[in-house]
Amino acid sequence: MTATISTVHRKPKSRTRFVRKLGHVPVRLAVALLVIVELAPLVWLGISSLKAEDEFSSRPMWALPRGFHWQNYVDAWTTGNMSVYFRNSILATFPALALIIVLSVMAGFALEVLRWKGREGVLLLFLAGVMVPLQMVLLPLFTIYFQAGLINNLWSLIITYTVFGLPLSVFLMAGYFKAVPREVLEAAAIDGAGLYRTFWSVVLPTVRNAVVTVSLVQFFFIWNDLLLSLTFISDDNLRTVQSGLLNFVGQYGQRQWGPTFASVCMAVFPTLLIYLVLNQKVMKGLTAGSVKG
Amino acid sequence: MEKLLRDRRAILFFIGPALTVYTLVMLVPIIWSAGYTFFEGNALSGFSWTGLDNYSKLFSDDAFWQSAGMTFKYAAVVTVGQVGAGLILSLMYIFYLRKASSLVRTLVFFPVVLPTVAVAQMFVKMFQVSPQEGLFNATLSGVGLGSHVQDWLGTPSGAFWILVIMDIWRSMGFYAVLLYAGLVDIPEDILESARLDGASGFTLTRRIVLPLLTPILVSSIIFSINGTLKVFDSVLALTKGGPGDATTPLTLYMYNTAFSYGDYGYGSTIAMALTLLSLAVTLVIFRASRKDVRK
Repeated sequence: MTATISTVHRKPKSRTRFVRKLGHVPVRLAVALLVIVELAPLVWLGISSLKAEDEFSSRPMWALPRGFHWQNYVDAWTTGNMSVYFRNSILATFPALALIIVLSVMAGFALEVLRWKGREGVLLLFLAGVMVPLQMVLLPLFTIYFQAGLINNLWSLIITYTVFGLPLSVFLMAGYFKAVPREVLEAAAIDGAGLYRTFWSVVLPTVRNAVVTVSLVQFFFIWNDLLLSLTFISDDNLRTVQSGLLNFVGQYGQRQWGPTFASVCMAVFPTLLIYLVLNQKVMKGLTAGSVKG
Repeated sequence: MEKLLRDRRAILFFIGPALTVYTLVMLVPIIWSAGYTFFEGNALSGFSWTGLDNYSKLFSDDAFWQSAGMTFKYAAVVTVGQVGAGLILSLMYIFYLRKASSLVRTLVFFPVVLPTVAVAQMFVKMFQVSPQEGLFNATLSGVGLGSHVQDWLGTPSGAFWILVIMDIWRSMGFYAVLLYAGLVDIPEDILESARLDGASGFTLTRRIVLPLLTPILVSSIIFSINGTLKVFDSVLALTKGGPGDATTPLTLYMYNTAFSYGDYGYGSTIAMALTLLSLAVTLVIFRASRKDVRK
């Protein structure tokens, strides 16, 4: 009895399931196609960076490399100057990141936790900076740095990166401070801790996560910058990875494909590495930075 | 407690440094740049007062209008493409892939973090024709469409569309995640009751999902338009504004005016036009969406 009922019921059910599965086929195909479209160019970039020069002309573009031609990377790193560009990028990015974090954590604390007249106005002032195109301040900054002898000096980049990182970072930080419970502050005050102490040992630890997120977001903005480094740096020994890469492909890109692909791969590598480890945080951070616009 | 939080010296200590550098390196230069629009010259040669000449020049300058047109066209097409593709992807994530979408989301988002210069060089190589055929042309030859092989970046429309494709390819994962976050926030019981009422698929999306998604959709569009109006890196690294100046947007025109021709005054005027333009567009979209919501 039970058996007949279940067979009666199963038949249409399995059919609908089959139809539904069939309906999923186009979607599956679409997903597969999507992933291929997103990743194929990058895979092609990777395998091309390992090809010897003659493979580009003698074999099809999509063929796998015959061997691992690591010499491309050596060439890009040494004669292609990528080692110098990397050093400069690191020297410009990390001081700027540190400054952004220190300044925005302090400012966020002042804007969200401390009580004073005009703090809303100041927050808006910072927020307005998100809207301003770099082009609007580029020429006065060039004039200032030119007068101060900071053209072809990494400090011009560090200062500008810091200030352009501030609007979004201050805004995000202020948002995070909103979530710090008032009771925590009050408890610290009752224990007799001064404001600076409370900030350092009570408030700061609670926004540790926010610091990681803001650093990540700003890292990508700064590391990937082209316009500023192009404008303030013309000395090849001081170029960052992005402007250096542009210069490199301008010189060798037409004829030396192997080293060109290798240098592009190298430029991609640090961001790839960070993304592999911290992708969820990166996605969250970068999208959080946009909804506010 | 309150007294502690109103300590003036502490307030100054915490906000002072950030506000000072921000004022000196951001706010002052903005006003300074606005001042430049009344002058002619540059940092090396010095400046001379020209009054409103730069502004009247703007109106009769064909190159300006051409790059403004290119900027508009690019911003419109890429915004529709980015946000549209992002929307489709996000709907796919939530309604078809569901829990399994995490990996796809992560993969499709990946190009967002890549340096623009590197991505652009990759696209240059893909569409190159000499001395070797790049991936795209080689594929065309491979499938018997060899007659279509050409220097895609060498024609104005080819260069423009490759630029568009590249930037949509790069950023659709970003908008997909942004909109996905909005979709996740839609309460399940609203969708459930709509389904009980017989709504499904397209109707459900159009009548229930999209209206609820409107706020985040609007901020996506505003964000996208603001980014695309200021496009610089991708253009410079992909086409250098060429062929000719067919793909030169306002930012690059401003850059060339200031640094190749040494005219800071006119460069600042173009920058000013760009700033006002993005401000105006943002306001218009914002207003329009407000009206729409009230209706």
